[in-house]
Amino acid sequence: MDLGDIVKGSPPPAVVHKPKPHDSAAKHMTGEAVYVDDIRTPAGTLHAAPGYAPIAAGRVTKLDLDAVRKAPGVVDVLTADDIPGANDASPKGIGDEPVITPERIMFYGQVLFVVLAETRDQARRAARLARAATAPGMPMIDVDDAVVADSTVLPDYTFERGTPEDEIASAPRQLGGEFRIGGQEHFYLEGQVALAVPGEDGDMYVYSSTQHPSEVQHVVAHVLGLDSNAVTVEVRRMGGGFGGKESQATQWAVIAALGVRKTGRPCKIRLDRDDDMMMTGKRHDFRVDYKVGFSREGGIRGVDVTFAARCGYSEDLSLGVVDRTMFHADSGYFYPTVRILARRMRTNTVSNTAFRGFGGPQGKLFAERMIDHIAYSVGRDPLDVRKANLYGGAGRDRTPYNMRVEDNILPEIVNELERTSDYRDRRRALAEFNASSPVLKKGIALTPVKFGISFTLMHLNQAGALVHVYRDGSISLNHGGTEMGQGLFVKVAQVVAEEFGQELDRVKITATATDKVPNTGPTAASAGTDLNAQAAMAACRAIKERLFDFIEQEWGVGRDSVQFREGKVIIGNRAMDFGELAELAYRNRVSLSSTGFYKTPKITWDREKATGQPFFYFAYGAACSEVTIDTMTGEMRVNRVDILHDVGKSLNPAIDIGQIEGGFVQGMGWLTTEELVWDSAGRLMTHAPSTYKIPTASDVPEDFRVALYESGGNRADTIYRSKAVGEPPLMLATSVFSAILDAIISLKPAVMPRLDAPATPEAIMRAIRATGAGDP
Amino acid sequence: MSTIALKVNGKDVSAEVEDRTLLVELLREELKLTGTHIGCDTSQCGACVVHVDGVAMKSCTMFAIQADGAEIRTIEGVAQQGALHPMQAAFAEHHGLQCGFCTPGMIMTAIDMVRRLGSDLDEATIRHELEGNICRCTGYQNIVKAIQAGARAMASQ
Ligand code: FES
Ligand code: FES
Repeated sequence: MDLGDIVKGSPPPAVVHKPKPHDSAAKHMTGEAVYVDDIRTPAGTLHAAPGYAPIAAGRVTKLDLDAVRKAPGVVDVLTADDIPGANDASPKGIGDEPVITPERIMFYGQVLFVVLAETRDQARRAARLARAATAPGMPMIDVDDAVVADSTVLPDYTFERGTPEDEIASAPRQLGGEFRIGGQEHFYLEGQVALAVPGEDGDMYVYSSTQHPSEVQHVVAHVLGLDSNAVTVEVRRMGGGFGGKESQATQWAVIAALGVRKTGRPCKIRLDRDDDMMMTGKRHDFRVDYKVGFSREGGIRGVDVTFAARCGYSEDLSLGVVDRTMFHADSGYFYPTVRILARRMRTNTVSNTAFRGFGGPQGKLFAERMIDHIAYSVGRDPLDVRKANLYGGAGRDRTPYNMRVEDNILPEIVNELERTSDYRDRRRALAEFNASSPVLKKGIALTPVKFGISFTLMHLNQAGALVHVYRDGSISLNHGGTEMGQGLFVKVAQVVAEEFGQELDRVKITATATDKVPNTGPTAASAGTDLNAQAAMAACRAIKERLFDFIEQEWGVGRDSVQFREGKVIIGNRAMDFGELAELAYRNRVSLSSTGFYKTPKITWDREKATGQPFFYFAYGAACSEVTIDTMTGEMRVNRVDILHDVGKSLNPAIDIGQIEGGFVQGMGWLTTEELVWDSAGRLMTHAPSTYKIPTASDVPEDFRVALYESGGNRADTIYRSKAVGEPPLMLATSVFSAILDAIISLKPAVMPRLDAPATPEAIMRAIRATGAGDP
Repeated sequence: MSTIALKVNGKDVSAEVEDRTLLVELLREELKLTGTHIGCDTSQCGACVVHVDGVAMKSCTMFAIQADGAEIRTIEGVAQQGALHPMQAAFAEHHGLQCGFCTPGMIMTAIDMVRRLGSDLDEATIRHELEGNICRCTGYQNIVKAIQAGARAMASQ
């Protein structure tokens, strides 16, 4: 082979764009993959269990812990008095989330004290023996309570363009309504867990199942009164996160660290599932009030919508979450004039938090619901009204926050899916079915997805990585992103392997740790790969730069004639093993280790003025769902789902399709079976999977067709022109909700039923009754 | 406290257990077989499924003492002489996992499914049989595919 020829032109990528299995797949098969609860604890490790508030609002007047302290195995009890630094686990450090509340109770289940015992069972049993005397206040439980009391965690915030009220008033047609969007429990299969181990000089080593190790580090330091450099946080993997471990893993890690501080012994906490569901925040639920003006054909002229979100007792991430609701209240539609007002209501419930989509899905659900409402009122197929209102070229390309949508491919995606899903024929067949079926009714809907990629909190759009090449040519990779099953680690490793022309198994993936890569953002906003793979690539390139210089010096071959491929380095017409080059470079005192850094270019956002380009790009997709409902019982089945989703040029199609399928099903659960219920005293009644219904295998339609949209890749300059895929697919599931509406509407065309989310059988029956269908 | 004797993954084990010690606690805490996971603590998620005398059981629903004299197989004992069991191989090949937390329970349930129902499993049967195993990540598509393929591979073994 003439090596000289090979060097000309770059070869196609060998590792990226390939459906590589998850990096831990083999270990998961045999049970060897280690989660925090599986780490062998040092001898003498204590176990912590929280004791919690038995009311939703008020004060503790007396906390009698005598029986707790005397219980078998109990070593100590932590109260607010044991906190040496700030008693605050809030992500922004604003003091509104006590780790252990000193007196004031803000929700049912708030931590009052923590038992430390020899075994977990002993700690949990002892926690029940406390006697708390309380002075209850009047709790505000749902959004309406808080609206009446005008109780918020943050000021109201608005996007506004033009004078929507005038446009709505003067439009040929108007309508409006109110509806509710439910929250969602994460139910990461691995619950919240942390293990803290003491080090020298009061240092703390914390294993935490967290999406945000840097934040856990900072908060632990803050609460213990330490410098950040005294605290190291490590996470190898999580058993699912979905946003529920972005800010809300912190409190438990802090409690474990406090246990260490108080006793000098290692300390572990793993929340019982019921406690986890009661004590940690969920997806925000909303009340939505809207008015819209439109043409006789359903073309939108003006939209005026108010979102009221249940934020819970503290701010947590509600600023960003509810902003993202606003950012996605357009779904993929152009609103010529618009007002989007968001209210962040403070309630006496657990603090709601990030959940896959981060508020976006709620905004989008509103838009789809409004479109359905318009379509049924003008008597058109909702798909036609959707298409008529999609973003278009100049004059129809500005979002409500005045960013131009420059990379819009929704018309293409929607048209293609309309064809491949056979929408029109099925729509006709379905009408015939419904005409001859008195009890079972079918519905179909095709809805678009457009999701903005980047953190809207600008400073989070940065990432760091650390890459070492050893003398044998093996590579060690570390970065600030965390693995929760989404396949981030394998994707980043693919990029690194590609850079050095190595097989994937030459790249060792190491646990995320704050002492390797510091000051990281959370693994969230779907941006894990976009950010961390770029940072890792930058680290590789820095090392390669030095290797290029060395090669030039050593052999007089310029970088244009050097290639890293197939495990070798091709230098002009000589080829050597990568390890050989590494060894030579080492002997010639070339550094083979580098950090890498990346920050997303182009983005700007001035929240005060509500201007800028908050998103680097948009991810797009569309889904078509068909359902059957039983109008006597409210039962619902999804018959078939067709998905066409845009991941740019996929870094790993197997991983991406997995994200799409999993995201869709999770979204479907949110909108159909997963119902959170609090009683009037603020107790969560659905605190276990027995009462909170997560989709099981048989809820998923057998006929489930997923395709990746073929494109030349992301128009934005992302890693290998791929697109983020973590969150957007969840929103594909709004097609199920719209299809259910469609089925209900068939009972009495043109009467918009009030259907709240989730569309449980009860909600479907309520909606059917409300249409008055079947009434004489 | 009682002393129990059982076989775990082919090895004889004797252990001192409290009457209320759960089988899953014995496996994870005493025997350090941490591949058996705890997802819900209340016998609903299936992350803790093991085989007791060849039958799939949620090990969080059973007292250790009830396993006295039994033969237990956990995920760690499924591969033989370093070779993956066909069901494990199928899960790996068909991307039947994301976070992996449900995976051991899924595999144990799947192997039991084939034992009871044979290797010619249609999709509806598999989905129905997975009623007691929750996966929050995958949407089950690849899990169902993996079980179907794994079942076939078991037959041809
Ligand atoms: S832990 Fe046993 S079924 Fe969930
Ligand atoms: S892979 Fe995460 S729960 Fe199944």
